[in-house]
Order: sequence, then C-alpha cells, then structure tokens
Amino acid sequence: MSHSFDEISQQLKRRHRKSARLKWISMGALGLAGLFLVLFFADMLSKGLPAFQQAYINTEVRYTEEASRDGRQAFDQDLIPLISRTVVRVIPLQLRNNPEMIGTSEQRWMLATSEVDQYLKGHRNRLSDEEKAEIDERVAAGQVDLRFNKTFFGSGDSKIAENAGILSAVVGTIMTMIVTLLISFPIGVMTAIYLEEFAPDNRFTQLIEININNLAAIPSILFGLLGLAIFINFFGVPRSSPLAGGMTLALMTLPVIIIATRTALRSVPDSIRHAAFGVGCSRWQVVRDHVLPLAMPGIMTGSIIGLAQAMGETAPLIIVGMVAFIPDVSASFTQAATVMPAQIFTWSGEPEQAFVEKTAGGILVLLSVLISLNAFAVVLRKKFERRW
Amino acid sequence: MQTNQLLLLFCTVLLLLGLVAFFVGRAKAARVRASGAVMYAQPDQYAWFAVLSTAGPAVLVGALGSLLLLLLGADIPPMYLLAASLVVAAAGLAVGVAQVKPHFHARQAIERVIRWVLTGAAMISIFTTFGILFSIISEALRFFQMHSFWEFITGTTWNPGASFLAAAGRGDGSGAQFGSVPLFAGTFMITAIALLVAVPIGLLSAIYMSEYAPQRVRTIAKPVLEVLAGIPTVVYGFFAAITVAPIIVNIAGFLGLDASYNNAVAPGIVMGIMIIPFISSLSDDVINSVPDSMRQGSLALGMTKGETIRDVVIPAALPGIISAALLGMSRALGETMIVVMAAGMRPNLTANPLEDMTTVTVRIVASLTGDQEFESAETLSAFALGLVLFVVTLTLNLVSVLMIRRFREKYRVNNL
Repeated sequence: MSHSFDEISQQLKRRHRKSARLKWISMGALGLAGLFLVLFFADMLSKGLPAFQQAYINTEVRYTEEASRDGRQAFDQDLIPLISRTVVRVIPLQLRNNPEMIGTSEQRWMLATSEVDQYLKGHRNRLSDEEKAEIDERVAAGQVDLRFNKTFFGSGDSKIAENAGILSAVVGTIMTMIVTLLISFPIGVMTAIYLEEFAPDNRFTQLIEININNLAAIPSILFGLLGLAIFINFFGVPRSSPLAGGMTLALMTLPVIIIATRTALRSVPDSIRHAAFGVGCSRWQVVRDHVLPLAMPGIMTGSIIGLAQAMGETAPLIIVGMVAFIPDVSASFTQAATVMPAQIFTWSGEPEQAFVEKTAGGILVLLSVLISLNAFAVVLRKKFERRW
Repeated sequence: MQTNQLLLLFCTVLLLLGLVAFFVGRAKAARVRASGAVMYAQPDQYAWFAVLSTAGPAVLVGALGSLLLLLLGADIPPMYLLAASLVVAAAGLAVGVAQVKPHFHARQAIERVIRWVLTGAAMISIFTTFGILFSIISEALRFFQMHSFWEFITGTTWNPGASFLAAAGRGDGSGAQFGSVPLFAGTFMITAIALLVAVPIGLLSAIYMSEYAPQRVRTIAKPVLEVLAGIPTVVYGFFAAITVAPIIVNIAGFLGLDASYNNAVAPGIVMGIMIIPFISSLSDDVINSVPDSMRQGSLALGMTKGETIRDVVIPAALPGIISAALLGMSRALGETMIVVMAAGMRPNLTANPLEDMTTVTVRIVASLTGDQEFESAETLSAFALGLVLFVVTLTLNLVSVLMIRRFREKYRVNNL
C-alpha cells in the first residue's frame, strides 16, 4: 500500500506533535513537583508564622494583701477568664518572695489565654459573645495586642497552650545530637578509612560493604526496635533519655557518614598517596597526614547532612520513648528528654485549636534549623571543594 | 560508688598513666638515641606505642569485664573490675616502656594496632545488622510461642483485646486475635497510592531533566527536588493530616462520596511526594547512562525525539527505573510518621481508600508507646510485625540492587 506525500506529511506532523507533547508533559511533571514544594512551604508558613506572636493584655496589676493569697484578686474581675492561668498563678509566689511589693500596683502586659489569642487571629475559639465584645473594646483601646511570643522560645512544654514552648525540645535535640555525633562520626570515619585505605579486597570486606548499603535502606523504625530491645532492655540505658535516643540515631546515621567519607576519600588522587609512600610514610601516616586533611571538607559536609537527617527523625525516637512530656529544661544525658520532631508530634496530637499553630511554629523552627545546616554544608563544600 | 563515678575515676587514672607512658617512653627513647644506637623508629613513635600498650589492654579488660557483668550476671564487684583493669594498665605501661629498644619496630606495632582498631570500627555496622536481626527475631519468636505463625500470617482480624492483662496475670487474654492481613492490606494500599503519585511524576521529571532541560534548569531543579526528600517525615505527617486530608474529604464530598478524615489517600499522596526525589534522581542517573549511540541510531532512522525516548531510551533504562521504583516502594512500606499522624488506628480490611485503615508501622508504634507490660503479646507483636517489615524491605532492596547491577553490566556503566 502506498501513501501519498500528503498522507505522509500528515503522519509526520502527528508524530512531531506527539513528540512535543511528551516534552510538555514531562516538564509539567517537574513543575508539579515544584508546585507541591511551594504549596507545602506556603501552607506551613501561613499556619506557623502566627505562632511567633501571642495575645497579651495590658492591664493594671494590684499587688494587694488578698492577691498574695489568691492571684486572681490582682486583676479586674471581668478580665480573669481572659488572662492566662499561668501568670495568675505566679503572682502569690512573687509577692511572697518580695513582700515589699504588697500595696503597690503597676501597668503590665499580661499573657492572655489561648482562646483570646485564637480569637484575635481569627481562628475557632470558645469565647462567649460578651468576652469577644470585651476584647474588641480593649483592642480598640490598644490594651489587647499581639506581641512577640517570648514564651514559645523561652519555655518547655505545657498542657496550657499559651504557655507551651519549644525550648526543652531544642535543648533535648542538641544533647541527642551531641551523643549521635560523638558516636557516629569517629566510628563512621574509621570504618570508611578501613574500607578505602586498609581493607584487602576479599569476601569479608564485600560483606561489610553490602551490609552498610543495606543498613542505609532499612526503615528507621527498625532501628527504634533495636534501641528498645538492646540499649534499653538489655544494657539498661534509661528510657526516653538523650543517651538512648542518641545511640539509636547514631547507628542510623552511621551509613550516611560512612558513604560520604568514602566518597571524599576516593576523590583524593592516588598521586598524593604515592608521593607520601615514596618518602617512606607508613600507611597510617599517609592517611593521617595527607589523605584525611584533604578529604576533611567532604567528610564534614557529609556528616552535617547526616546530622540534619538524624535531627528530623522521629519514628525510632518514639519507640525509645522520647515523646515524654518535658515541661522543664533539663541538661542531663540520662534523664527523660524530648526532641523537636517528637515535640511536633506530641503537639499535633493535642485537640485544642491553639496547638495547631504551635505545631506549625515548631515545624518552622525545625525546618529553619535543617535548612541552615544544609546551607552550611553546601557553603562548606563550595568553599573547600578541590578539583584535581 | 556510682557507676559513672567509677568510670570517671577509671578515665582519669588511665589518662594520667597514659601521660606517664608517653613522657617516660619518649625520654627513654631519646636517651637510647643519644647514646648513639641506631633506632628503628622515632622517639615519638616509641612514646605512642607505650601509650597504646598502657591504655589498650586496660580498656579491653574493663569493657570485657562489664560485658560479662551484664551478660552473665557474673558477680564481680565493680571495684575489683576497676582495680583489675588499672593493674593491667600499669603492667602495660611497664611492657611499653621496656619495649623501647633500638631493634623494636614501634611504628609497625602502632600500625598493627590501628589496623585492628579500624577493623573493629568496621565491625560495628555488622553488629548493628545482627543487633537488629537478633532483637527482632528473639522477641518475635516469643510472640509466635503465644500465637501461631499461621494465624498471624492469614488471620483477618487484628484485635489485641486484653492481652496486656493476661501478661499482668489477670484474665487469660484468650480474646486476643493477631491476624495481620488487614495491616498489610492497609500498608499496601497506602504504598500503592504513593507509587501512583511518585512513579509518574518522578519518572517524567527525570526524563525532562535528562533529555530536555537546559543545563541551567538542571542545576536548579535537582537540588530543589532533593529538598522534598530532606523534609522530616513528621512535618509531612502534619501536612497530610491538617491540610491534605480535609481537601480529600471535601473533594470526596463534592463527588458525593463519604470519606473519613483518616482516609488512606491523604497519607498516600503525601508519601508519594516524599519519594519523588528517590525515583527521579535514580532514574535520572540511569537515563543519563544509556549510551548516546542508541539515541543517535534511533534518530538516524528517522524517529522523532519523543519516539526515541519512549521506544529506545526508556526500555533500555527499564531495569534501573524498576529498581528505583522498588527502592521507593521499600521507603514507603517502612515510612512511619506520615501514616501514624494521618492514617487511621483501626485495622480495617477494605478496598476503599477513602475509609480509614491502618498500617504495620502504625501498629508497631501503637503497641510500643504508653505504659505497656513488655511481656504482653501486644508488645511482642510489634517485633513480629517488624520482622516481616525487615524481610520485605530487605528483599526489595536486594532485588533493586541486583537489577541495577544487571543494567550496569549491560552498558558497562561504572558510576551507578
């Protein structure tokens, strides 16, 4: 069967159209992935940024004799439901410690309840209409306002929404990461040095290599099971402690550091090794004095990225019990602590509306730490990267 | 005395002995050298050898002793252990200093010790795998002593009931049923949704980046996609539960369907977004490794660019693409936080993704949080589930590695 020229050029056009379509579809797929990212960040920012502001009420606080027994006496009666219980509660204590304050009064910005806060931000709340009217009046008079949320950054967890902060989780994260880094960095670098510079090419070495690649792909929750069964139940490491969590995360971070270090060591050209061997260095001297210093920037970059990964990990820490309720900031490696992702998880389970915003605020803090860590790693790489 | 006080004491004394070893060793080596003897190593190397022979055996004795103490419950008073290891340290110091002789290869001795230390470090990753296997299998076996393996694999009802009471000595826990089929059904449903999102988007993005995109777009798009993999899963979980799930419910409502707020679609989609970069970056590498001669041959025969990609490049890269999808699948199966926060808690055997269903990882977390008796069947069931999860993900990873290796051998690509 023969085709006319017209038919063939028609067919050709169709084929080219089809070809162009694939280009647009594939471009669209990439665009879609980018769109997800943009939507995700926009959503987190819109939900989380309000958490950095909190409603405060400017009112007169009267330090009377009654107030030293019942904090509520220090305020106007109609304001009491609107002021946070936490600030009301500390007034008697404050007066007991400073008796000379009794009889004075001052104008202060007091922390409002989360209901007032949510009302000001236009979210669902449980205020009555009279209370709303009262607030509207005071907003107009400049006595109720959203101000920078010091509590969020300066205190630990609390069941009272307006009093909940992320500080104890931040401290817990830092301590856990110290443990993780102290264990995984030396062991990871030593393993990589062994595999790249010392190990003979035999079955045993291959076994270690396969094993490391496999460890990198094991679901993180299984590391939690290991931590629970071995570290906590067998070795008796205190549950929920940064020590238990850090050790578990260290095993998880190990493959990342090993793989990054191996890449860094491999990128050091052999001529450096040959030169060092040539002047009579032993193998360890070659590694210590020549290869390792040249590979250091790459090792650091990989370790920072591994650390950032561990910092965002939650599942294994839940298994080893690091979802504890930690109202106070404690700086001990063996006492119960919580970490930022676990704190986010805990808050996300709270039914109160105010905690949605806290959760998103915590997420923003976590994401900004992770982004700065990764950016630092990229800068480090850009600054010290050497092309041989 | 407290354990950590003992540890502190041990470290301090060892540090002091080490310093002594270093300076005594170096002084002796310097003296020998000054006397005119030709030595095999530098004074500093003798000094370091003395330090190693002081600290190494002592730390070993201490570690072994405490391990025995823990493992066998042997009744060694910690004070004796401390004393024993310090005596070993002192002996090591004496040996180390005595070895400062012209004909002693201190540098080679150090080298040997370092090689052993490095090998030991490399062994830790092996121990980790064994640790995971051992901990999961031993607890899972205890579970299978209480409940039959067959029931666990084929049962369609997961109802731990009051099994924790049985462990505490009250009730007999006979009502408990541990049939894992609904859990696996939920897991595979959510994984399937995730792959339905991730494979097309990831693969098409990879095609665009490797075949069409100008260099400038590539250098920006690749790290931007990687950001998707770097976002903590707990954050994705919040996103799925708070933002995506209500959207799904609204859309379903608009279509006249009834959706639960804990539906399987929301975590599935979000998990899919999370694994896009895994699939796209591996596919990108694989597509880039398809030799250009194949593209040129196809174009020379008059195929359009699209046809070349569809009929030549993709089939050639298929093993690598499948391997990427398997890797993504293994990620999705083991993913925990997204499903814990966004999927349901109720084991539910259904084919409707709009209903709430639970997964293996959710069950593991649920049975290991809160105050649970460790001996109870419910707690132990977490390890049985973990064992299955381990086996499945391990198999997927191995198959994926084998496929990529076959691809590599076919095209002699070395950088995959």
